[in-house]
Amino acid sequence: MNARNYIKLEFPSKSINEGFARSTVACFAAQLDPTLEELGDIKTAVSEAVTNATVHAYPDTIGKIMLRAKLTADNGIEIVVRDTGAGIPDIDKARAPMFTTGGEERSGMGFTIMESFMDTLRIRSVAGRGTTVTMRKKISMRIGKP
Amino acid sequence: MELTTTYKDGRLDLTFYGELDHHAAREAVQKIGQAIDSYLPRDCVMDFASLSFMDSSGIAVVLGTHKRMVEVGGRAWVVNVPRQPMKVLTASGIYRIVEIAEAV
Repeated sequence: MNARNYIKLEFPSKSINEGFARSTVACFAAQLDPTLEELGDIKTAVSEAVTNATVHAYPDTIGKIMLRAKLTADNGIEIVVRDTGAGIPDIDKARAPMFTTGGEERSGMGFTIMESFMDTLRIRSVAGRGTTVTMRKKISMRIGKP
Repeated sequence: MELTTTYKDGRLDLTFYGELDHHAAREAVQKIGQAIDSYLPRDCVMDFASLSFMDSSGIAVVLGTHKRMVEVGGRAWVVNVPRQPMKVLTASGIYRIVEIAEAV
């Protein structure tokens, strides 16, 4: 049996961990031999998901953020970012470009970026229970790749 | 991330180094606001040549700088944008509001 590679991370919702999370997933994704652009896309999407959890799931407290990344059968990566925080009352509204409940350093473009940089984006959220964001991206096979 | 501000002859240069994310954005917004308020520049140039990474927090920084410059009767634009930050700026549609020069 050829078990697929995966990583699991758990860290407190401190903004300093945003950089750690995206760099870690980028390092893990490197084994798929992505282009620089694909790697940048993954890094950006992870940064958005972790920032959302930091800012919106735990606005006044420090909570736990769980991140899982695994390789998929189609030479892709699946990334799951989960929190047990506030939840999103209206997901359609939250996904709309330029909508934000954050401060002046937020743009309301987080979900739009995740959606356009990854192949699929699924958001499951229960108010008061937390949010799970699942993103997938297939990495292109390049000519000359061993 | 590091951000340097230089003012000369009505022009404020903001040079960004490293990774601009939510963690870095709050401080950047404050620093830029203070610089604009104290110099009241006519032009404000955001140089992204040394910006290695940016997420949607960077959009808020660019938009916030633009708004602040409009308030003081000036204008702001972005120059030397590398590929990854350019992709984020493009996805946001912010180029319709703030002028962005070609990628280096």
